[in-house]
Amino acid sequence: MFKSLKLRGAITLIVCLGSLYFLIPTFISNIPSPWNQYMFKEKIHLGLDLQGGTHLVLEIDTDKALEAMMERTAGDLKESLMDSKVRFRNLEKTKGATISMEITDADGKNTLEKLLREKYPELEFDATGDRQGGQMVSLKFNDKRAVEMKKLTVEHSLETIRNRVDQFGIAEPEIIPEGENRIIVQLPGIKDPERAKNLIGKTALLEFKIVDEEHPLEEALRGNIPEGDIIAYGLRADRSTGERGSSPYLLKDKALLTGASLETAKVQIADRFGDVTVGLKFNSQGAVDFERITGENVRKRLAIVLDGVVHSAPVIQEKISGGQAQITGNFTMEEARDLAIVLRAGALPAPVNILEERTVGPSLGNDSIKQGIMATVIGCLLVVLFMLVYYRLSGAVADLALITNIFLVLAILAAFKATLTLPGIAGLLLTIGVAVDANILIFERIREELRTGKTVRIALDTGYDRAFITIIDTHITGIVAAAFLIMFGTGPIKGFAVTTIIGLLASLFTAVFITRVIFDYVIWNFNIKKLSI
Amino acid sequence: MELIKPGINIDFVGKIKYAIIFSITLIIIGIGSVIYQGGLNPGIDFAGGSIIQVKFTQNVSADQIRSALKSTKLGNSTIQLFGTNEFLIRTAESFSDQTMLAANVEQPLTAAFNKNYEIRRVEVVGSKVGADFKRKAIIAVVLSWLAMLIYVGWRFEFRYGLGGILALVHDVIITIGAVSIMNMEFTISILAALIFIIGFSINDTIVTLDRIRENVKLNPKVNLRDTINLSINQTLSRTVLTSLTVFLTVLALYIFGGAVIRDFAFALLVGVVIGTYSSIYIACTIVLFFENMRLAKMKGNK
Repeated sequence: MFKSLKLRGAITLIVCLGSLYFLIPTFISNIPSPWNQYMFKEKIHLGLDLQGGTHLVLEIDTDKALEAMMERTAGDLKESLMDSKVRFRNLEKTKGATISMEITDADGKNTLEKLLREKYPELEFDATGDRQGGQMVSLKFNDKRAVEMKKLTVEHSLETIRNRVDQFGIAEPEIIPEGENRIIVQLPGIKDPERAKNLIGKTALLEFKIVDEEHPLEEALRGNIPEGDIIAYGLRADRSTGERGSSPYLLKDKALLTGASLETAKVQIADRFGDVTVGLKFNSQGAVDFERITGENVRKRLAIVLDGVVHSAPVIQEKISGGQAQITGNFTMEEARDLAIVLRAGALPAPVNILEERTVGPSLGNDSIKQGIMATVIGCLLVVLFMLVYYRLSGAVADLALITNIFLVLAILAAFKATLTLPGIAGLLLTIGVAVDANILIFERIREELRTGKTVRIALDTGYDRAFITIIDTHITGIVAAAFLIMFGTGPIKGFAVTTIIGLLASLFTAVFITRVIFDYVIWNFNIKKLSI
Repeated sequence: MELIKPGINIDFVGKIKYAIIFSITLIIIGIGSVIYQGGLNPGIDFAGGSIIQVKFTQNVSADQIRSALKSTKLGNSTIQLFGTNEFLIRTAESFSDQTMLAANVEQPLTAAFNKNYEIRRVEVVGSKVGADFKRKAIIAVVLSWLAMLIYVGWRFEFRYGLGGILALVHDVIITIGAVSIMNMEFTISILAALIFIIGFSINDTIVTLDRIRENVKLNPKVNLRDTINLSINQTLSRTVLTSLTVFLTVLALYIFGGAVIRDFAFALLVGVVIGTYSSIYIACTIVLFFENMRLAKMKGNK
């Protein structure tokens, strides 16, 4: 290694001052004004288990998105086939995002093939088979396109969730994709995790559909649903009793307008009863469409459907221009505010499942910090005392290195914006135990060498040299083991792995390099005959 | 100060028989406990489910909570004291539905204890994620064993590596056994402890193996049995001291680190002790065993 003591001393000093620099904001919260602009700004970032908050793992149901896409494609394909005069029957979207149909033309399949080549390059044949009087054909998305669509779905969901969380107003949220179709959401310091989950997980698909009043609802409820219709339920609250029930509607399935045509949505206090509503404003195309739709359907009822639930179904009195509408439905102020947020941020392209949730309240986080610091201080003191008693002055040198090690680890955490978790604190404490190992190895070796009658200087040199390779070995194995924990991705344990790795690296520097500098300085400048070890 | 005097000469190798009997006994007890309890007791990390940690401001017993939750979906949950007047409510149900928590926990608790409680932690893990974690956990442990085998095999010799890794398997099995006997849940924290122990226990082994190799070079004529014994004795002081410092820090963690981290600290306590013992006995024993086998084979070939 470097022979020059001055150089090594300088490196030590720079590292120590550097780590103090990165720790200033963590330990001093208010830096007086002219100084603060030259200072490092980040405090050590605390994990959710220490500061409180909610950690969510969401799964985007990309298969559902694919199914919805196929549903739309099936509708388009039907029209294309009619235009091309192909005779077919029973064309429908079937399970697993496929379309099945029966072609009754002899030549129909060739026309279909041509059609797919020209207009539907994303579709391919899944299976074909002969059937009396025709051919069974089923179609699916080709693999490349399916993967692409799933990827887009996840990206779109990520963007939408990010928008919603931003509008909800949480400081420093973290929203990151994981694996193929998962999203990790970290919401530090959140007060009402249930509400946040509701906000994030809601699909928020807003649709406007016409109520079918030509067919009797009772008949449909018995199972005879007219072609192209669906039954949807609406929440109905009785104003006098406050009781909530659900009432069925028969709707034309085709959505005339969706939330995608919205420009904005905001909470309004609607009338003299103080009812809260959500006001909608359509974008310019949406406004044109809305005007046309209302114009074509005067005297009919227009259902406002959110995630399959009918919120209201007012009768269209006249053509509505200006592109404004509102959703009513006995909202509380909070519900209305959250609904406005999700409508503004847009619908999720696919349903979202919450796979994992970990919420820690701020009081538990506080306790954990206190207990973690307590354990660290006491553990540290025990080790420091032990080294002092066992190795006397040399032990004091090791202790100095140990304390430097702790500061160095914290400084690296702060500088790289890594997260300190409760297991992370445990990792820090464990590295303290392991870091002195290097010094114990060295000191035991020096003692051995001294016993064979070597001078202090030679004993030191041999002790450090012989122990060095072993120290490298023990550190590498420790780091490798911890690295396997990182793949666990979940916050707290990852924190453990990260602090352990940083601690081991730092201890290579402090326990070997810094102690050597101190020993060399003393030995080279003073005439030491006997080593206090 | 010296705990272990220089020139100490304990006949470790001579007591191998007892060590083997001791280890096998521990392993049998550990595995027996796991089997007796019908497998490990997986925490929600691996099995899926929910944990709710509730702290009360008044004196409350687990039975009172149980009866408060009786008619809800949490009626069959386990309720465990977790500190003073603080409880863990654990259920196999992983409810991601937002209203479930309010209906099944908050309302019945408020009805029974007014507002004198605080929900301090909620963890819900779906079964899908649990299965993922389980798979990853097994991979992580096996891979870290393999990594150690490869590293030690590369730095020393393959038979040394094999000795080291068998010692690690030994440590992991006994620690899991201890966790099972204490009826603790097997969580991701326990897994982290196991992997830390793997990284820690191999250290002692490496230090001792290193010394064996050095001594073999210095005195190639001495037989391996005596060399191993000498090396263990020479490094004994360091092995014991290091384990002691780590043990002290883990003990501090166990006593002062709080309930959240106590199981983790317990697994570490067991692992550190067993890891130290196995580095002295198991790893070196196996090296010697392979050497004897090789010698016997060579004789047989002649």
